[in-house]
Amino acid sequence: MRLKSLELYTEHPEYEFAVSGHRACQGCAEMLALRLALKVFGEDTIIAMATGCMEIISTPLPTTSWRLPWIHVAFENTAAVASGIESALRILTEKKKIPRKDIHVVAIAGDGGTSDIGLQALSGAMERGHKFTYICVDNEAYMNTGIQRSSSTPYGAMTTTSPPGKRSIGQSTQKKNMPKIAAAHNIPYVATACPSYPFDLLAKVKKARMANGPSYLHILSVCPTGWRIPSDLAIRYGRLAVETGVFPLYEIEKGKYRLTYNPEPLRHVVDYMNGQGRFRHLTVKTISQIQEKVIKDWGKMKYLCGVK
Amino acid sequence: MKEGKTGIEVSIAASIAAKLARVEVVAAYPITPQTHIVEHLSELVANGELDASYVNVESEHSAMSACCGASAAGARTFTSTSAQGMELMHEILFIASAMRFPIVMAAVNRALSSPLSIWGDHSDVMAARDTGWIMLFCENGQEVVDSIIMAFKIAEDRRVLLPVMVNLDGFSLSHVIEPIEFPSQEKVDAFLPPYDPLYTLHPDKPVTMGAYGMPELYTEAKYAQEMALIDSKKVVIEVMDDFGKRFGRSYKPVETYNTEKADTVFIALGSINENIKTAIDMLKEEGREVGLIHLRLFRPFPSDELIAALKGVKRVAVIERAMPGGAMNSPLFNEISSLVHSNSMGIQLNNYIVGLGGRDVNPEDFHGIIDDMLSPEAKKETPKEEKNYRVIGVRG
Amino acid sequence: MAKPMDQYKWHELNVGCVIEEVGNAMEYKTGDWRTMKPVWNDAKCIKCGLCWLFCPDAAIYQNDEGFYAANLDYCKGCGICAKECKPGAITMVEEER
Repeated sequence: MRLKSLELYTEHPEYEFAVSGHRACQGCAEMLALRLALKVFGEDTIIAMATGCMEIISTPLPTTSWRLPWIHVAFENTAAVASGIESALRILTEKKKIPRKDIHVVAIAGDGGTSDIGLQALSGAMERGHKFTYICVDNEAYMNTGIQRSSSTPYGAMTTTSPPGKRSIGQSTQKKNMPKIAAAHNIPYVATACPSYPFDLLAKVKKARMANGPSYLHILSVCPTGWRIPSDLAIRYGRLAVETGVFPLYEIEKGKYRLTYNPEPLRHVVDYMNGQGRFRHLTVKTISQIQEKVIKDWGKMKYLCGVK
Repeated sequence: MKEGKTGIEVSIAASIAAKLARVEVVAAYPITPQTHIVEHLSELVANGELDASYVNVESEHSAMSACCGASAAGARTFTSTSAQGMELMHEILFIASAMRFPIVMAAVNRALSSPLSIWGDHSDVMAARDTGWIMLFCENGQEVVDSIIMAFKIAEDRRVLLPVMVNLDGFSLSHVIEPIEFPSQEKVDAFLPPYDPLYTLHPDKPVTMGAYGMPELYTEAKYAQEMALIDSKKVVIEVMDDFGKRFGRSYKPVETYNTEKADTVFIALGSINENIKTAIDMLKEEGREVGLIHLRLFRPFPSDELIAALKGVKRVAVIERAMPGGAMNSPLFNEISSLVHSNSMGIQLNNYIVGLGGRDVNPEDFHGIIDDMLSPEAKKETPKEEKNYRVIGVRG
Repeated sequence: MAKPMDQYKWHELNVGCVIEEVGNAMEYKTGDWRTMKPVWNDAKCIKCGLCWLFCPDAAIYQNDEGFYAANLDYCKGCGICAKECKPGAITMVEEER
C-alpha cells in the first residue's frame, strides 16, 4: 500500500537521495522533509543549499550524504547560486553543449537563510523568473548555530537571542509571512507543507516541480532539539501546529489561495505549546493573546481561500 | 570587426573582448565606472550578437554567487565590478577561488568609500589582494582586450582552475577612447577552445561541491589551493607566450622600460605606467636615466621575475594608489620590501602614494619624486617624517 | 572509501575539495548514537509502511515477508516510528551496552 501511494509522486519511491549516515539530531523532521521531497524531484535535480543544519549534518569533508549534484557556496545566496545554475543550464542546452534534459534546480535554505539574510537573493531570483524551486525548511530559529532567533521565530518563543526575562517575553515580534512575500512576486506556485502530512507535502513538491517559473515551498520543520521536545514527538507536534491553526496548509497557485487541509474545529493553541520547552515561560494571558491572533489569522486565511 | 585599429571606448572594448571569448553567463550589477561594460554586454546579448545568459542580479554579492553557480554548472562566466561592489562580494571572492571556479572579472578600479568617490584608485583591488584570485593589471585599452581573452585561457587550464581578475583603472582607462585592434573571432576560437570543466553539476555524474572542513582537513585544503595559485604563474607565462605568437602582441608578468642604463626605477601597477613612461622620456631629455618596472601580474606575486628585473638597480620608487590603512607602508611596497630584504638586495626603497580618488598625476609629479628620491633625506634609514611614505600632493 | 580525515595529504584532496563518491556518508554508522531501539511486533503490524516513511534517517527497511525492521547500523533511536505506529506494533526498548 505504501509503495502504490508513493508511485503517484515518484518513479523511485524506495530510492534514498539523502542517505543514512548523516548527522542530523535524533528525530529531525527537517531531514525527513528533505528526504521525502527529494524522492519527488528525482535524479534530474541539482541542489543548491545554504549554510545551515542540513548542509552541516550532511557534508563533513570528505563525506557527503547527497546522491544528487549538490553545491553549497554561502549562507545568504542560495537563490543567487540557483539562478546562476539555472541560467547556465539554459544557455548550455541552447548551445547544445549538454543534451536537452529537464533538469530541475532546487534551492534549499533554512528560515534564517531565507527570511533574514537570504531575503534579497530570494526576492531577486523570484523577480527574474528563473525556473527553480525554493524550499525554506523552517525550524523557526538559527538552529545550527545554537538556537538564535530569526524573523521566522514565533511570538513568545524562547531562543538564545530572545530569552525571556524581566524585560522580555521571548520573541517579541510576529513570524514573518514568507509565503505571502513570495506570492507578492507573482510567481506561479507557493505552498506551505509539513512532513507530518507527508502526502500533502509530496503533492506540493510535485506541483512545485511542474510550475512554469519560480516556485516556493515553506516547510515547517519541527526541531526537537531547538523546540525542547522529546525526539519521538517531532511528527506529533507538526500535526498539532496544523490542527491548532498555527501553521495552515495551503497553496497559492497564480495568486489564488487554496486550503489543502481544513483541521476545523481548531484545537486550542495551548495544546500545541504545551510540552514545548521554548514556550514553557509563557503566561496564561500571553497564550490567550496568541490564541486570539491565531483565530483572527485563521479567519483571514479561510476568507482568502474561499472557505466558509 | 574591421581590420586594423578601431578608436573605441575601453569599457566597450572590454565587453567586446568578453564576446570574442564566447562567454556563456554574465551575472553583473551596475556600478560606476563599470557600467558601460555591462550595458554593452546586455546589448550584445539582446541583439543576438552574443549567445549568452545575462542575469540581472540584484546585488554584487548575488552577482558573484550566480557566477559561482553558473561556473559550477559548466558555463564560461564573466562579470565586472568596482569599489563598493567588490567589497559587497568580498566574502564570495574567497569562496570562488577556493572552490576553483574559472570566473573572469573585469575589475574597474575605483576608490572605496568613505567619502564616496566614483573615481579611480587601487583601494578596491588592494582590499581583495588576498582573495586567492589571479590578478592582472592593464596599462591601456589593447591590454584590457588581450588580458580578458588570455584570462579565460589561464583560468580554465586544468592545471589552474582559478578565477582571474583583470584590473583596469576607473575613468582614466575605462572611459577613454583608444586605438584598439580586435583579434578575429576565428583566431580567438583557435586560441581559446570551449570550456571543458573538470567537475560539473550534472545529474549524469553527481558530485558534492562546498563541503565543510574540520580542523583535521582545512589546512590541507588551503595548502592545496595556495600551491595551485603559485603554480599558476607558469601557465600565465605559457598563455602570454602563446598569445604573442598568435596575435603578435607579447606580454610578460614583469616588463621593463628604459632600465638598461638606469639604476633608479619606478615600480607601479596599471595605467599610471603610461604617465610614468612619459615622465621617463622627459627626464631622458634632461639627460637623466630613470627606468620603470611595470608589474603586469600581481597575483601570484612574480618574485623571480622581479628579482631579475631589479638586478643592478640601486633605488626604487614604489608608486601606489592606495593608503596603507595603518600598515607600515602601502600594499605593493610591503611586498617589494619583503622581496628585496629577504634576498639581501640592498636597494633603497621609497614609497609614494599618488592619485587617490581619481586625482590626476602629472609627469611633473614624477619629476618631483625623482628629485626626492635622490635627495640626501631619502637615503636615510629613518625618514624625516613619522611615516615611511609620502602622499604626493596632499595639501596641509 | 573515504579515509579518516587526518590521514589525507594535501595533494590527495580533489580540486576544490569536490567529493566524487556520492553518498559515502554511509560509512559513518550513526547506530552508535542510540540508547533505545525499536522492536516490531509482527502480529500487530499491518504493513502500512508509515514507520518507513517517517524515519528521518531512512533506517527502516521492509524484509522479505513485508514486515519492517530497523537498520541497526544507522537507527538513532529517536522513537518517531514507535510513536507514529497506529496499531502500536513498535516498542522502544533499552539498548544493551
